[in-house]
Amino acid sequence: MPEQLAFTIEVFLNGLMAGVLYALVALGFVLIYKASGIFNYAQGVMALFAALTLAGIVDGQVPFSHLINAIFGTDVHHFGWNVPAFVAILLTMVVMIGLAYAVQRLVFRHLVGQEPIILFMATIGLAYFLEGVGDLMWGSDIKSIDVGLPQGLNMWIDETTFNALGYGFFIDNLDIVASIIAALLVVGLVLFAQYTKQGRAMRAVADDHQAALSVGVSLNFIWILVWSLAGFVALVAGIMWGTKSGVQFSLSLIALKALPVLMLGGFTSIPGAIVGGLIIGVGEKLFEFLIGAPFLGGATENWFAYMLALIFLVFRPQGLFGEKIIERV
Amino acid sequence: MFYREAGDFSTSYAEDSQTFPIKFDRYRYYLVLFLAIFVVPFMVNDYWVNSLFLPFLIYAIAAIGLNILVGYCGQVSLGTGGFMAVGAYACYKLMTSFPDVSMLIHVLIAGVITAAVGVLFGLPSLRIKGFYLAVATLAAQFFLVWLFNRVPWFYNYSASGQISAPERTFLGFNITGANTQAWATYLFCLMFVIFSAYVARNLTRGSVGRKWMAIRDMDIAAEIIGVNPLRAKLTAFAVSSFFIGISGALFFSIYLGAVEVGEVFGIQKSFLVLFMIIIGGLGSIFGSFAGAAFLVLLPVALKIVGVDWLGWPTDIVAHLQLVIVGGLIIVFLIAEPHGLAQLWRVAKEKLRLWPFPH
Repeated sequence: MPEQLAFTIEVFLNGLMAGVLYALVALGFVLIYKASGIFNYAQGVMALFAALTLAGIVDGQVPFSHLINAIFGTDVHHFGWNVPAFVAILLTMVVMIGLAYAVQRLVFRHLVGQEPIILFMATIGLAYFLEGVGDLMWGSDIKSIDVGLPQGLNMWIDETTFNALGYGFFIDNLDIVASIIAALLVVGLVLFAQYTKQGRAMRAVADDHQAALSVGVSLNFIWILVWSLAGFVALVAGIMWGTKSGVQFSLSLIALKALPVLMLGGFTSIPGAIVGGLIIGVGEKLFEFLIGAPFLGGATENWFAYMLALIFLVFRPQGLFGEKIIERV
Repeated sequence: MFYREAGDFSTSYAEDSQTFPIKFDRYRYYLVLFLAIFVVPFMVNDYWVNSLFLPFLIYAIAAIGLNILVGYCGQVSLGTGGFMAVGAYACYKLMTSFPDVSMLIHVLIAGVITAAVGVLFGLPSLRIKGFYLAVATLAAQFFLVWLFNRVPWFYNYSASGQISAPERTFLGFNITGANTQAWATYLFCLMFVIFSAYVARNLTRGSVGRKWMAIRDMDIAAEIIGVNPLRAKLTAFAVSSFFIGISGALFFSIYLGAVEVGEVFGIQKSFLVLFMIIIGGLGSIFGSFAGAAFLVLLPVALKIVGVDWLGWPTDIVAHLQLVIVGGLIIVFLIAEPHGLAQLWRVAKEKLRLWPFPH
């Protein structure tokens, strides 16, 4: 097998893996958008917040310790214990559910019936707020997350492909695990939406708020449920990205990367989020490898996804799987 | 009592259609202009100009520009940082290529170039609407910043990849480079602010502005009653980018002097200007000023309170600032979706009747 082709395939595979992670973030967007019509810009910051909280709990940090120290002149940092990863994940989930409740109760309940663009801007405000709170709570230094996911080069694939094709593919164990977890998550969500009472209520709300309300579905409960689910997806995404590249501010920027994914896939489609994520992941890696790095001076990953989505949208404004946009006066 | 229309009669069409038909408003406007032009320059020092007045004036221009696009025409844009970068780099290239031409012309041409780029990136708005457009403008943001980072021609092949403003004068006074005087830079920016506000105000209350607002309120209905959406949207993009380009040029040449594009004109800048017009008031020129003043003053005030009075570490104050800005945006959207400008309008209504309740 020629070297160049093998490289290209490897880039393709790595792009697929990156795409899975984009898709994970995009999934959280789709959940909230479908159920409440809110385009949640804060999804990326929620992932950052979840990852920060998880890292802080595992380390046994005192929340807001910097602030407390600054106000009272004390010197508290750690409780002095380490929480096992599994318990910490559960605790973080509790925090995310609390957050979902607070967001619904304090913010979006007061904004029911406002224009979508106002809701969107409210989520940008929420993103800033959460980012600040996360930093105040746990400090802004880069943290690492280790919940026992396998990392590093997958030797088995490397050796097998080397023996079979004469070229060893470099694929990270973490990426494989991430893909499996993402697949499980999607299947789980689909099953939840199809076969449970709450899931059906969720779909009813997504279909028509008023009708759902009139048959006795509690909108408040469903919205809190959806924000909690989005919090859960954010937590999973936060763990993956956090393990891969450390918990730091740039984590919240993946939200921006998830936007073109959504535009490609359509805002209302869960399969769309997955397919869009894969297309963007593969597209930007291949473009960087084949055209960006040799001819354009590199770092084209910064904008390729947006340009692709922009050009795509001109021809199909509702995305690949989105519902057809019908406009009436 | 103080603020009333009684006794204020118009006897000609010109008087009837002037910008400030109420006497009190008109005199207040003249007073503010008088203070800004003839009093402030004699009272300011370097610190005041560099930390308060210059950022306020320059952000006010950017906010007016973005307000035309978002507030009046309803096309949400997250590409402000990128367009400001276009203005800055256009100004830099012009300044270094034509050293003898006046700065005034450089800044204006930088605005025109930005307007052209804005129209180019505004073209998809004819097909794409709402959120989709907001995300599409991100393409402009990231692509432009990348372009200015990667193509050495834009920064004249300098080793650091930065651009720094050479010394230029206007009417014999240094306004860029190292040896500037605070009042000169202040007045130079003020000139552009007055120009932008004047043009924007008169555009938005004329037929062009009415077309923008018709498109904003419902584009299909507007199209049916004979507004050409292509022209309305693209003029909004052009005018908006023109002002944003001017503010970018001033931001680079007068205020900062040296710029690294990714840091200064990143996505954060787009959000900052967007927040200014949300807090100030969408669809209001006064709101653009109010929002710019608010978000320029807030960090300075927080720093004085947090760092100087309470002695907290700067990073905690910076994080608190994020919390406060984010919280304020949410509070504003819930309590007063029309921003500070609406508070001002309500206050005027009350003043009109004062001291009577009805």
